[in-house]
Amino acid sequence: MVKPSRSHRVFQGVNGVILTLVVVVTLYPFVNIVARSFSGERQIRAGEVTLWPKGFNLTTYRIVFQDSMFWRNYGNTVFYTVVSTVVAMVLTTCYAYVLSKKHLRGRGLLVGIAVFTMFFTGGLIPHYILVTELGLKNSVWAIALPNAISVFNLLVMKAFFESLPAELEEAAQIDGLSTYGILLRIVLPLSKAVVATMVLFYTVSFWNSWFSAFLYMDHSDLMPVTVYLRNLIAGATGGGNAGAGTAELSQVGASIQAVTIVLTALPIICVYPFVQRYFVSGVMLGAVKG
Amino acid sequence: MSTSVKSASPPPGIEEPPGTVTRPAPRSGWRRALRRDWQLYSLAVLPLLFFLVFRYLPMIGNVIAFRRFEPGGSMFGEDWVGLRYVRMFLSDPTFWQVFRNTLWLGGLTLVFCFPIPIVLALLLNEVRRRSLKRFVQSVSYLPHFLSIVIVAGLTLQMLATDGPVNHALGRLGHDEIRFIQEPGWFRTIYVGSEIWQTAGWGTILYLAALTTIDEDLYEAARIDGANRWRQIWHVTLPGIRPTMITLLILNVGTFMAVGFEKVLLLYNPLTYPTADVISTYVYRVGVESNSFSYAAAIGLFEAVIGLVLITTANTLARRTVGTSLW
Repeated sequence: MVKPSRSHRVFQGVNGVILTLVVVVTLYPFVNIVARSFSGERQIRAGEVTLWPKGFNLTTYRIVFQDSMFWRNYGNTVFYTVVSTVVAMVLTTCYAYVLSKKHLRGRGLLVGIAVFTMFFTGGLIPHYILVTELGLKNSVWAIALPNAISVFNLLVMKAFFESLPAELEEAAQIDGLSTYGILLRIVLPLSKAVVATMVLFYTVSFWNSWFSAFLYMDHSDLMPVTVYLRNLIAGATGGGNAGAGTAELSQVGASIQAVTIVLTALPIICVYPFVQRYFVSGVMLGAVKG
Repeated sequence: MSTSVKSASPPPGIEEPPGTVTRPAPRSGWRRALRRDWQLYSLAVLPLLFFLVFRYLPMIGNVIAFRRFEPGGSMFGEDWVGLRYVRMFLSDPTFWQVFRNTLWLGGLTLVFCFPIPIVLALLLNEVRRRSLKRFVQSVSYLPHFLSIVIVAGLTLQMLATDGPVNHALGRLGHDEIRFIQEPGWFRTIYVGSEIWQTAGWGTILYLAALTTIDEDLYEAARIDGANRWRQIWHVTLPGIRPTMITLLILNVGTFMAVGFEKVLLLYNPLTYPTADVISTYVYRVGVESNSFSYAAAIGLFEAVIGLVLITTANTLARRTVGTSLW
């Protein structure tokens, strides 16, 4: 048998190599796409671009920046994200607070109503008909309302509210505060951490979403930027016009796609280092008390 | 219940404080609860409305799978047609193709995307330098935060005929491969991009579970002469078993709902033979071709299988290892 210290060192070495590979494989596509976004179309086609821009130019950025549709869709994304997040936060907070009250009669039923929807959903077609029948198409409500409560977020918030000391609320109640007053003036100020986490969860998910808009918006000037990007990609990979021309098409817009990908991901990449730790703790909180 | 809240609303001053658990008589229990907690119940009204309208109404809306639906007509369809649409898709060759594809993609995702985070978490756990560990974690979480559209975009760019992968193949003297157009490559591409996007994030819960394992157990194992592998086998893995089981059940539950959005973004008519899954077929039949009842029947079939799978997995897990979701 090999001496423990030696086998341990071998193991550490192998481990280091594997983890380095993980980092490289994860980061390479990002580095490459940024390099492409600053490169010349000819160099991209020749496959010369790897880690560093070749034939450096800002032409593509200029083209995308001058596209009014891109900016309109970018603005739509901001608008949809803000409205949807506000709606989602109000509904989630209210319900989570109610569910956190252990003495409440019918609490089990209220929890069950929410949790059951995690395992069984109506399916695409009934949802589509419902949103259409309600006349929500082509409005922000088609995005905000059907996704107003994420049950996972709800359970995380509920767990947090349950962990608050009950004495505080009882004292406030004796001082004459109503339930609404307690929620607004005692509970929420004590819950800044979880509220911030939930706002982040919702903001990122609405910022990243594309399918609701794709499904329920009929005009391109109503689309969020994710759908703009999707159409760019689909147009170039031959979603509708597969055939001989596909390979050529995919080469024409390579740098435009790269620029759009970079610009769409940019806000997330920028806030990522600051918010990551909230997400991680939020997920673990949700896991502990699922 | 939510509607009767307002009628039973006394002025807020005379509420009883919570916590005073008086045992109410069975009949008047609800009335007492409403009088005492009407403000709490009122906070639940809008969220309940959300669940009823946007979650439960569509479940009921599935009856159009058994009724003839006409665009512009009632959301529940016009008249009963029984199992007509079920029989229709059971005799539809495309349905069986997408059914097979769903099983393939779901199975491959389960086989690869379930164990990889466990291995990665075990490797990360062995890193002693905290800064290094944190760096690797931060990098591996990143793809999880990006829109699936961006992930699909990156995947397509990497695999394009002029992309880095083909460039590397070219250097090795290999002909270029048109990954995106070839049905034979779709499953590899799908599972690969899924691993890229989810593996790091999947480690979070395992890493959390690992920190809860008692150090004394390792100490005891070392004294008993266990080497590193035996420690992992006898201490670490049993320590994270409840987490593994929980996530396995969840993975089985989402088996049928394989990455609808990702498939929709990555596939094209050339790759339909391997890429088209039940949910994308439902989308094309229902939303693009307006055959709502037919598509709803297929969608319902998919949802029921999903529910059966997760219930079975849960029961099995509870019977065999004593851990379950509910």
